[in-house]
Amino acid sequence: MSAIEKQRHIIDFMLSCLWRRKGKNLSLVVVYTFVIFLLASVMFFAHAIKKEAGLILRDAPEIMVQRLVAGRQTFIPESYIDAIRKIRGVQSVTPRLWGYYYDGQSGANYTLMVNADLKDRPGEILIGKGVTLRRATAEDKIITKKNDSIPFKTYDGSYLMLKVKGILPAASELVTSDLVLVSEADFGKIFSISRDQATDLVLQVRNEKELSTIAAKIAQLYPDTRPILRNEILRTYDAVFDWRAGVIIVILSGAFFAFIILAWDKATGLSAEEKREIGVLKAIGWETSDILLMKFWEGAAVSLSAFLMGILSAYLHIFFTASALFAPVLKGWSVLYPDFRLTPFISPYEIAILFFLTVIPYTVATIVPSWRSATIDPDSVMRT
Amino acid sequence: MPGRKSDLFFGCLLAGMLLAGLMFIDAGVREHLDMPLLNQRAEIVRVLGLTDLCLFTEARYTRHPSMADLGTPFQDHPVSLEHFPSGAIVPVPPHLKQRTRNERQ
Amino acid sequence: MIRLQNIHKVFNAGKPNEFTAIRDVTLAIDSRKATVFKGPSGSGKTTLLSILGCMARPTSGRITLKEREITSLPERFLTDIRRKTFGFMFQQFHLIKGISALENVMIPAYPDGEKHAALKKRAIGLLDLLNLSHKASAKVEWLSGGEAQRIAIARALINDPAIIIADEPTAHLDTSLSREFMEIMRRLKEQGKTLLIASHDPIVYESDVIDRIIGMRDGEIVSSGDHP
Repeated sequence: MSAIEKQRHIIDFMLSCLWRRKGKNLSLVVVYTFVIFLLASVMFFAHAIKKEAGLILRDAPEIMVQRLVAGRQTFIPESYIDAIRKIRGVQSVTPRLWGYYYDGQSGANYTLMVNADLKDRPGEILIGKGVTLRRATAEDKIITKKNDSIPFKTYDGSYLMLKVKGILPAASELVTSDLVLVSEADFGKIFSISRDQATDLVLQVRNEKELSTIAAKIAQLYPDTRPILRNEILRTYDAVFDWRAGVIIVILSGAFFAFIILAWDKATGLSAEEKREIGVLKAIGWETSDILLMKFWEGAAVSLSAFLMGILSAYLHIFFTASALFAPVLKGWSVLYPDFRLTPFISPYEIAILFFLTVIPYTVATIVPSWRSATIDPDSVMRT
Repeated sequence: MPGRKSDLFFGCLLAGMLLAGLMFIDAGVREHLDMPLLNQRAEIVRVLGLTDLCLFTEARYTRHPSMADLGTPFQDHPVSLEHFPSGAIVPVPPHLKQRTRNERQ
Repeated sequence: MIRLQNIHKVFNAGKPNEFTAIRDVTLAIDSRKATVFKGPSGSGKTTLLSILGCMARPTSGRITLKEREITSLPERFLTDIRRKTFGFMFQQFHLIKGISALENVMIPAYPDGEKHAALKKRAIGLLDLLNLSHKASAKVEWLSGGEAQRIAIARALINDPAIIIADEPTAHLDTSLSREFMEIMRRLKEQGKTLLIASHDPIVYESDVIDRIIGMRDGEIVSSGDHP
């Protein structure tokens, strides 16, 4: 029991000492908390999005086949389909027809996609939630409802009015926000595509294990094509918010340097005043280990409070305010953007790593420079 | 003197840790509650044959990063610098990097 | 109580600024008596006090405390003994700034892990004795010289030590405060404490509280006599 009492006494004293310089120490905690907040926010966001992408895209097409000409994606002639369908293991080959449509009125980019269900219903479209918000002028917001019509500018300058027959569920916003599903006929009217072309091909495969073999055969058959496998689609999203990506590295470097500056103040050793006080403590009966314990608690108190506050505020930031501070960066120049309300997938492992990379070094930076002063002779104070 | 400083400190620490525990619980509960939603999204992906999340609609290669080719970011001219903010967030898909390595062989 | 045998203390041995502070001192301190160490500055009084108080180790020689040899005890045991046996008062007081007077008094007892309530009660009791309980929560830098002196005394007494060591205690006090100090010392002696004081102030060494005066010069004892 006395060991606990001793720790409590030492903490009492340490807190009294910190409180002497309220301003400096409180700002220290604030800055430290902010650094943790930033790092944890990035960490939470990246992990949640990657996890969500992995879950949502688990049934994405097994193999997609694109065609590249002069390094750019171009249309695949439907004649490719027969030969590919004959490859052993391929269950079905479906041509996809899709492209990007720029809505001059709202400044938004839509993904226009042909949907087989609309084949016999030309003039009708299904749209995603993001498409329902259009602007007539800068101030005027129009909310498009079912049975409203949206004008689409075609390749020859005329306008095609298409009627909204349905709005895709708001819950699917993260994948369908900018989608406009059209019939093949209307797609052709807007973009002037000849009928026997596809943007890419979707393959269904019998045996998952044969995916790479089949991909290799396709590439051999048609060297101007590029097959993309489902696991490659998923790995794309693992790479998003990778710490090596531009903006992330800037944030991390900033946080890193802020942290160094914080710890620098501690690491460059004690002031003469602090050394003298340690001398007094030694003279009146404190041991070296007591001094070091006090320093440990000092580092731990600042670190632990900052860490907890940083993590909790980061959690609230990402999962309760939909990343409010990151939103401008995430939205960029997009006119149409999804609601960044993510499911809170958090990784205890990543939190533990953040803990070890911040709390431990800071606490060590508080203890180590005091080592020398802590071992001072008790009579040094009498000799001055 | 009202209450010991160390008591206050431990009290705050405990409160913080309880909140952290609450955070994990909240995450777990919401994950569970959101599952039907996520399954619905996965279903739409399957039905419509989608390949990407609609996160950044400003450029083609950020809207469909898994479908992108290496040339599109340089659409203006070959030495074009990245000008879309989301281009700084979405890196080159791994399969494109690997592909060029293979092609060189 | 304390016995010193052939104590030498050399600072910076082997270096160009080598300095012998204490030269072959043999001394026996009786308990429950007040002893003054008198001499000019540089005579080694302070060094001798720090050796007597187990704050510094002699370069050679032996120290016995209450019949127990403590010359080569490891730091941890020595600190423990020092904390429980001695109470120190420094010339500059050396109170911790920015902290309350009460907390300053309690600090020497912190490492022993005593229950907070009991410790606080004892500390307040000491402040009461010294008529300072109204200043318990005052920051020490706001105290007057005399008040700071009494806080230093209270701090020295918190562990109820058998021996009080004071280094030039009246150096920063005026006459009336110095006399007050000696009265406090009288009370302590009556309680059975042993007092060791280094001072060149006549108010101290001529006081009838003092039982013995030891004169020092150049690190040696030059006179040792009972106070008349």
